[in-house]
Amino acid sequence: MSQALIHTRDLVKQYQMGDNLVRALDGVSVSINAGEFVAVMGPSGSGKSTFMNLIGCLDAPTAGEYKLAGEDVARLDGDALAAIRNRHIGFVFQQFNLLARTSAQENVELPLLYSDIDKKTRRARAAKRLDQVGLGARTDHHPSQLSGGQQQRVAIARALVNDPVLILADEPTGALDSRTSLEVMALLQQLNREGITIVVVTHEHDVASFAQRVIQFRDGKVVDDQRNAAADAQALLQQAVRKAA
Amino acid sequence: MNLFAILRIALNALRVNKLRSTLTMLGIIIGVAAVIIMIAIGNGAQARVEEQIKSLGANLMIIIPGATLSGGARGAAGSQQTLTEDDAAAIAREVPEVQVAAPSQRSSGQVVAGNSNWSTILQGVTNDYFEAREWPLVAGRLFEPPELQTAGKVVIIGHSTAKQLFGEEYDPAAIIGQTVRVRQVPAVIVGVLDKKGQSMLGQDQDDVLFLPLATLRNRIAGQTQGKLRRVGLISVKTREGQSMAEAEEKIRALLRQRHRVQPGADDTFTVRNLTEILQAQEASSKIMTLLLAAVASVSLVVGGIGIMNIMLVSVTERTREIGLRMAVGARGRDILMQFLVEAVTLSLIGGLIGIALGFGGSSAVGNFAGWRVEIEAASIFLAVGFSAAVGIFFGFYPARKAAGLRPIEALRYE
Repeated sequence: MSQALIHTRDLVKQYQMGDNLVRALDGVSVSINAGEFVAVMGPSGSGKSTFMNLIGCLDAPTAGEYKLAGEDVARLDGDALAAIRNRHIGFVFQQFNLLARTSAQENVELPLLYSDIDKKTRRARAAKRLDQVGLGARTDHHPSQLSGGQQQRVAIARALVNDPVLILADEPTGALDSRTSLEVMALLQQLNREGITIVVVTHEHDVASFAQRVIQFRDGKVVDDQRNAAADAQALLQQAVRKAA
Repeated sequence: MNLFAILRIALNALRVNKLRSTLTMLGIIIGVAAVIIMIAIGNGAQARVEEQIKSLGANLMIIIPGATLSGGARGAAGSQQTLTEDDAAAIAREVPEVQVAAPSQRSSGQVVAGNSNWSTILQGVTNDYFEAREWPLVAGRLFEPPELQTAGKVVIIGHSTAKQLFGEEYDPAAIIGQTVRVRQVPAVIVGVLDKKGQSMLGQDQDDVLFLPLATLRNRIAGQTQGKLRRVGLISVKTREGQSMAEAEEKIRALLRQRHRVQPGADDTFTVRNLTEILQAQEASSKIMTLLLAAVASVSLVVGGIGIMNIMLVSVTERTREIGLRMAVGARGRDILMQFLVEAVTLSLIGGLIGIALGFGGSSAVGNFAGWRVEIEAASIFLAVGFSAAVGIFFGFYPARKAAGLRPIEALRYE
């Protein structure tokens, strides 16, 4: 992969907080290649969430450059960003953010509602993704009828339904116990092996250990960017196995 | 995102909060029902007045002789016999606004047919009278010119008089050619009039028998003023679209000249513009309708504010949902449409229920209060249109508020 999927240069984001101008991001230059599994870590207030919001096209930078799959998205307007989120990016949140009193099936279909896809295709694609995350038998269940881990898997199915190139997970295990956390991370790892780029924001080292690369933030700057040797080795092994098969 | 999908989302959101949706709708339901009932009542009143105008004949004014003055004591209106058939002819001839000027003389008397008899009003008229009053025949014919000129012994009979003489279920065609005795004078029925109903004052206008003016004057009333051809009343119908006030002025001037009234002296006659009086009544009942509808619309506006209130609460409550929808690709206008459709759906469903309730309420008022009510198709369209407009107007602000949220802030909202 010659071209980076995510490429930022001197990314700056400032907020006005009362009388203070807060520099949440202070010149961040990061490249993430397609197929990588990256963990973003750092203490709260370090700018990691702001970084996520920017690369997720949920927010526009104050200054700097951001290219997503070669396309300069830093200066796009709200509607164009919505279209990019809709087509290329899947989101997984700490609080799942599923619609209450709405079936798993309909929750997963939600992104497709905003991309002019006919009902039959919506049904089929949502059902396929629910099957993929192991909830094929619970498509009619409402979030209140599902466990936390199951809810997060519905959310992952929702993130997958538009066939994104990138999944952004913001503390995906923050509301889960350690056993279900491992299940969810394993699921993300599985998706990564199938070729999807995954960026996870977390402050748990257990979670970060699933990633091949860990980026550390502090005070709006990248202070560390290392490959995770163990995960890397595992990924290489997997690749070799896949090639052999 | 198509409208159908948005509608489904909206209906779903409303279903989730059934009680709240119902209570919110109640404002619109009551408002729409009130508007429909009030308009129905107003229209009923208006229709009554319109019917009276129709039964009187459109654009009608009457001229009656003035009062006598003998030794300083003034007599009643009409006590002076100043109007003549020639006056009527002159009005018709010289005032261009006038379509017909029909002289008539009134008397009363006993009418006998076979073994039944009935005391009724006898009206001596010309054929112009029926034109002025817009009073059609159901059988037979009008008077022939020779009958009018030579005091022919013929009559045209009113509906109620015919009923009294020939029974409730009389056949208009069958009584043509029958002879009745009017104050002992035998006369042949040549025409039967259509039913006219009650006058403004509640008199039965159909209880009447018409004779040629000359017949009444010479053969029945037995007055000896044959030469002067006095009449008790001239009914004047002006042409459609002509000013009645102008016609009235010209008639007044003409008659003053004909009666040689000195400048400054009182008129020897009185002109009464009946249609104008009724039109004033109609106008006031129209204003009443408007007033009632305006008061009822206030409740519709209050209902609309209720919708706005609930929609604002709903937007706040569902901030995270909005954030999520934006994160997965909803544009601002998708969110705007969603909440707008929700508000309009609320108000439209409320409007439809309100229409049903309005129908029920109107007929209840009609039945129990005995008022005349008339539901107009227009008031239904008005109600639907108005409730949709209320939904759009009061839903727009909350919807725009929702659409203007920034996705990251909405997602972080607790």
